[in-house]
Amino acid sequence: MKFGVVIFPGSNCDFDTFHVLKNVIRQPTIWLWHKDHGLQGVDCVVLPGGFAYGDYLRSGAIARFSPLMQEVGEFADKGGVVLGICNGFQVLLELGLLPGAMLRNKNLKFLCQFVTIRLENERTRFTHKGKKGQVLRVPIAHFDGNYFAPPETLKEIEENSQVVFRYSGANGSLTEEANVNGSLHSIAGLMNKRGNVMGLMPHPERASERLLGSEDGRVIFESIISKF
Amino acid sequence: MIDQKNLDNHNLTRDEYGLIVKLIGREPNLTELGVFSAMWSEHCSYKSSKFYLKQLPIKGKNVVQGPGENAGIIDIGDGQVIVFKIESHNHPSFIEPFQGSATGVGGILRDIFTMGARPIALLDSLRFGPLASPKNRSVMDGVVSGISSYGNSIGVPTVGGDVYFNDCYSLNPLVNVFCMGIAEKDKIFYAKAEGIGNRVLYVGSKTGRDGIHGATMASQEFGEEIEHKRPNVQVGDPFKEKLLLEACLEVMDKGLIVGIQDMGAAGLTCSSSEMPAKSGTGIEINLDLVPQREEGMTPYEILLSESQERMLIVAKPEKIKEVKDVFAKWDLDAVEIGKVIEGGQMRVGFHGEIVVDIPVSAIVDLCPIYERPYAAAAQPKKEINIREIPIPEDFNKILMNLVASPTIANKEWVFRQYDHMVQTNTILLPGADASVLRIKDSKKALAVTLDGNSLYAHLNPRAGGIIAVAEACRNLACVGARPVGVTNCLNFGNPEKPEVMGQFKEVVEGISEACKAFEIPVTGGNVSFYNETEGVSIYPTPVLGIVGLIKDINKVVTPGFKEEGDAVVLLGENKEELGGSEYLKIQFGREDGIPPAIDLAKEKAVQELCLEAAEAGFLESAHDLSEGGLAVCAAECGFFSGKKIGCELDLNDEWRPDALVFGETQSRILVTAKSSKLKKLLALAGKKGVTAAAIGKVGGKKIRISLKGKALVNVPVEEVYKEWNEAIPRNFTVK
Repeated sequence: MKFGVVIFPGSNCDFDTFHVLKNVIRQPTIWLWHKDHGLQGVDCVVLPGGFAYGDYLRSGAIARFSPLMQEVGEFADKGGVVLGICNGFQVLLELGLLPGAMLRNKNLKFLCQFVTIRLENERTRFTHKGKKGQVLRVPIAHFDGNYFAPPETLKEIEENSQVVFRYSGANGSLTEEANVNGSLHSIAGLMNKRGNVMGLMPHPERASERLLGSEDGRVIFESIISKF
Repeated sequence: MIDQKNLDNHNLTRDEYGLIVKLIGREPNLTELGVFSAMWSEHCSYKSSKFYLKQLPIKGKNVVQGPGENAGIIDIGDGQVIVFKIESHNHPSFIEPFQGSATGVGGILRDIFTMGARPIALLDSLRFGPLASPKNRSVMDGVVSGISSYGNSIGVPTVGGDVYFNDCYSLNPLVNVFCMGIAEKDKIFYAKAEGIGNRVLYVGSKTGRDGIHGATMASQEFGEEIEHKRPNVQVGDPFKEKLLLEACLEVMDKGLIVGIQDMGAAGLTCSSSEMPAKSGTGIEINLDLVPQREEGMTPYEILLSESQERMLIVAKPEKIKEVKDVFAKWDLDAVEIGKVIEGGQMRVGFHGEIVVDIPVSAIVDLCPIYERPYAAAAQPKKEINIREIPIPEDFNKILMNLVASPTIANKEWVFRQYDHMVQTNTILLPGADASVLRIKDSKKALAVTLDGNSLYAHLNPRAGGIIAVAEACRNLACVGARPVGVTNCLNFGNPEKPEVMGQFKEVVEGISEACKAFEIPVTGGNVSFYNETEGVSIYPTPVLGIVGLIKDINKVVTPGFKEEGDAVVLLGENKEELGGSEYLKIQFGREDGIPPAIDLAKEKAVQELCLEAAEAGFLESAHDLSEGGLAVCAAECGFFSGKKIGCELDLNDEWRPDALVFGETQSRILVTAKSSKLKKLLALAGKKGVTAAAIGKVGGKKIRISLKGKALVNVPVEEVYKEWNEAIPRNFTVK
């Protein structure tokens, strides 16, 4: 499966994501520069973490206007697989490929720490190698990860089982304490209705090697590359 | 005409002015005076410290670059080098905590990537006043947010550092920022302006009026007028710096440039004079071509602006187009503003006139070096009579008080605001003795630590210097790393006061002695004087940044206890020492006595034992004894276990129980080993002539320490953890 990792000028998890896809998951992986045109035949576009264009206005707000992102939008409309991690998730929200928005974390601080997330929907192309209710230990690193959506949107995404991950305790319980950034419905990861676009705030690429303290994030990449 | 008021405004003495006139053969104009003022400031010239710094050991077989460049460079084998340095940003961080610390991060990052290295780790050594004061809380909050905002955005992990609290920092907080990068040995770049006729390019952000005279400001004491200095603080733009980083590394990788220097302190003045001075050439620049973001800037302002995220590049004429293309790709300005000339002059044009025409050597190399008078006042304080100090009854309570002291308490509130995992190399997260980073595609790993106990240095400057080096090396030994290079940040009061100069002299002598004993080279660093406000000086605060190398990443040792039943072994000897301890400070409100004695030969032996035991795979965990002594060390090993596991220890010494449990005697490491490996470990210690005592076992939910069977500490780990964990955040709760 051919992956394309998008580089915005302020991306900073681009190397990390590229490294995991190429050297850990061992898939052909190429760079997609934000000013270029053409997705060069990739099967999956990954929007990595970072601060796309500095994010001084609002996380991901400028990135949606980049030339390449118009093409990523069309790619997604045709059913192409798109994964947004952290800032990539924020960009997908700004682009309207996923519903909702991000607010500042509830404690108004940047948060970098390992969290545990519960797998809510295993019947997706991003998670079918995992089990429902499985708890993954994966790091987060963001300022704006407090998921927000109006009640009717929340109702809709819950009814469609679009919530893929929720922040939970290590035993899978949903508590206020475990919901570190204050997200509505403890939402950590979300897909579109069609199931080909997913965004998540935690960083699976930081939890894909034993040396880094967790390999739980691999299940996402391994699901993407396996037959669904 | 230059009058006394001009000189006062520029912080230059009459004598210095006389020398300037002699060097250039005439009176300087105001712009030239500004150039001299910035370059001859303490911050840029090291005029008060150079004389003493000469004694530091700077040679070693792996040293590629010692002091004098943007950063030091050490060969780590396999064609790779590490590039690292520490710098202070104390003055700006007090005036404007957020921007002050943020631009400190920006500045040290540029020092590293200007040499061709990709930055892989940031660490910060922070010193604040007590958190009871709202002002101190707001300074700490601002400083941490500033570091977080800059480092997180640019994508370099902030992997650790240290934070201390003391009254002496209330009006003078310290922000020392360390950065390390990694480069290929054959792709290192220097601040050179070689090749007559080569072009000088200005790249990065536009120049504004911010930070004019930042270097001069950092070379003065503060009085009540400090609020007016806020415009002297620069404003950082981490996104611009990220672009600059990528663009610079790209032109270097493609071999398009001859030399490069960042515009940090003293801005364009510093880069455009140092580069030719190092190459024996001159430089000609036209200020009309400098990209400016404000109108009507004078040559004085353009030359002395400390606007951030700018670099000066020297490149061959035929490469200019390619260089410009790379910068255009990253949406940055790259403008030709001059060329390298023969003759050693710095010639600056503006609106068709020459506004500066002075020899670069006069600005860079001929600043007077002062051997300032020092007072022998910095003698060790008298030993306290330990018998006069009552031995308290309730050791559990003392342990709770100690872990709640912010200096000892959990710093997670700080570290979790930093992205410490980006780049996916961080093996050992912040909070451990040292931070450990893997090197991708290699078995090796790097360890980094910052350390410096200023209370020790206050009580005995020389001992403070020695212990700072010894403890930093011990931190490295605890994770299984051998020290390879040192950088230091020396924070002091006003060097014109003999007692401050005395402290400085002795601290440097101490650092020098210890580095020689450990055979580790000092590759650079930074001196920050004038940390005085309203006549009150900080304690002498040496901060040592030491980098270590781990040959086999699978042999890294971590501080947390691993499993119930593991044997606990104390490496090193107990003694009866309480001077300068956190225990005396917290329990009795005393900051006196003499700091613990240190025997460098014994220290080295203990560290060598720890390293060999780690390499032989004998150790399950290792953690050094420092502030709060054995009790705090054992408690932390439990916290770091991830399971809040306890231990049961029994001591067999003749010393006072409080000294045994809370004393800070040096050269001690608490390790654990599987019972099957205990014999081997003790045998190795015997062979090395190091005292090692099996003092108990890991296990249970309590921290239990007894002396010859008599219980001293007996308290649930959970309770101690709660105090340790909440001591800092409780000051910052959003209500």
